[in-house]
Amino acid sequence: MSSRVISPGVSSSGSPIRSLEAPGLRIGERIIKGLLWLAATLSVVVTTGIVVSLLVPSIGFFQQVSIVEFLTGTIWAPGFANPSFGVLPIVVGTLTVVFFAILIAVPVGLSSAIFLSEYATPKFRKTVKPILEVLEGLPTVAIGLFAFSVLTPLIRQLTPFLPWTGPFSIGVAGITVGLLIVPLVASVSDDAMRAVPRALREGAYAMGATKFEVALKVVVPAAASGIIAAFVLGISRAIGETMVVLLVAGAGSPVLSFDPTKGIQTMTAYIGSTATGDISQGTITYDSIFAVGALLFLMTLAMNILAIRMVKKYREVYD
Amino acid sequence: MSDDSGYSSRVAMPMRTRTAVGGAREVTEALLSSGDRKKKVRGIIFVSILLLGLTTALLAIAAMITWAFIAGWPRLDLSLFTNVPSVVLPENAGYRTAILGTLYVIGGVILLIVPLGVGAAIYLEEFANPRNPFNRFVDLNIQNLAGVPSIVFGILGLAFIVRGPLSLGFVAAAGSLTLALLVLPTVILASREALRAVPSSIRDGSLALGATVWQAVSKQVLPAAFPGVLTGVILAVARAIGEAAPLLLVGAVTFVTFDPSFFEGGYSTLPTMIYSYAKRPQDELQTLAAAGVVVMLVLLILINSVAIYLRNRFERTW
Repeated sequence: MSSRVISPGVSSSGSPIRSLEAPGLRIGERIIKGLLWLAATLSVVVTTGIVVSLLVPSIGFFQQVSIVEFLTGTIWAPGFANPSFGVLPIVVGTLTVVFFAILIAVPVGLSSAIFLSEYATPKFRKTVKPILEVLEGLPTVAIGLFAFSVLTPLIRQLTPFLPWTGPFSIGVAGITVGLLIVPLVASVSDDAMRAVPRALREGAYAMGATKFEVALKVVVPAAASGIIAAFVLGISRAIGETMVVLLVAGAGSPVLSFDPTKGIQTMTAYIGSTATGDISQGTITYDSIFAVGALLFLMTLAMNILAIRMVKKYREVYD
Repeated sequence: MSDDSGYSSRVAMPMRTRTAVGGAREVTEALLSSGDRKKKVRGIIFVSILLLGLTTALLAIAAMITWAFIAGWPRLDLSLFTNVPSVVLPENAGYRTAILGTLYVIGGVILLIVPLGVGAAIYLEEFANPRNPFNRFVDLNIQNLAGVPSIVFGILGLAFIVRGPLSLGFVAAAGSLTLALLVLPTVILASREALRAVPSSIRDGSLALGATVWQAVSKQVLPAAFPGVLTGVILAVARAIGEAAPLLLVGAVTFVTFDPSFFEGGYSTLPTMIYSYAKRPQDELQTLAAAGVVVMLVLLILINSVAIYLRNRFERTW
């Protein structure tokens, strides 16, 4: 606090122009600012840490396995006497999960968002949105267990014509991950649609459009970049989902297969199941965890940057 | 439209005008409602589809909670909390050490994320020049970190916290640190949102009275933003409680039969213990896993409700 308080009426005659700068050095203020800066910069340290922790073992890994072999090989057999590190089987596993997740999350999430943004009364919205947020906050291990004990048997009974084998299924894992990302897709799309100015809607109504036409032909296209960002974020989340995949698709066989009824390993399931086993540091299997992690990180990073760009786009247009 | 009749009766209009207005209205209404049947049907079908989507999402939540209670019912008693894990005597196994482990880990998470998360948010919102390239990079970086898969944080924890520079080993502190880094972006983003919602007139008023930036922030802005910040912290803690994937990599998967401590010895947490039980074939352990899910669901729904209550109770429009 400044000790020289000047009250307006009593100021000395012909007072010189006082500088608004602080009279002292304000060391405390600087220390605090420095500490806060450190807290903010920690995030950069974390990112650097992630990159370094992935990169260093990956370099060791790629000295033994060529990158081309890693990216194009179709046999994933680490830990075998004659190991093979073709990553495609587990990438296909991950993409299968993403495919089924999108199949569920896009229609369910988008329709929930349109309803909440365009049709629901404020009271309904206020009740239902927190419930959807609860779904978003549910532990994935709980959702995975539920899917394994309820959803898998249910889907099997509904589709007896499919060639089900074994207790695990990557298709069901994908559907479950789809349900898991519904709230994310719904809330980001809902935000985007609510950012569409009222004037656009009212203009359409004035031209004789029905509510259905306004929602589908005016609001959804106007919010397109935000809605696509929601899908992209959903895909990114589906790529990185671990517990549901481990429980529903099993850590099972890493074979190159597009069959959704089988239990197939994904990238995250490989990392999760291998790292929990007894793998000694310095072996090529241990390093392969980091190589797969690096690929996973790059895939989600690309998706996230894309999504951040698109969200920014709709903010700039209507703010 | 209904006001129009009042309008025409209040204002004395010549007969001819009145006829013309009436005719125009009729023509317009007919124009707007012609072919309306088809449109109406389409509208109704559309709303039904939307509702079907929303119901699917809500039904999934209801089904899950119901299943957990039914499947876990036989084991929902006190021994669930007091007994230690066991594979040999599955009917006597419990979650005691896992619950203690979760308390330790989450306690550490709270101690770390409150100063770090809120501090970073204050710096970025109140002190940093948003046009400065470094600050913009930090901003983008935090948004990106929020989308990094949780298992990648597990890899970071394994390489830097369990081994490598910090070398803490597979202990609860390593789990704490890993989860704290994972949820830190959530806390920062939520706190920034809360700080941004405080109108700049509060800051300006404080600064005009001679307060320094830190005085304005700590005495005026932060108290005003407190409910929002608290909600962000609570939601981040809720996420940390349910997180299992990164902990698989930093050691929380062992069957710990003794009470854990923070810096030494093995530890386990509620979600990873549920996973360990769920992977085993015995029926008793499957029931136990479901009972663990019930404990976690009740805990998380309570925490989320507190957050939602706080948000609604203290939400202010300036």
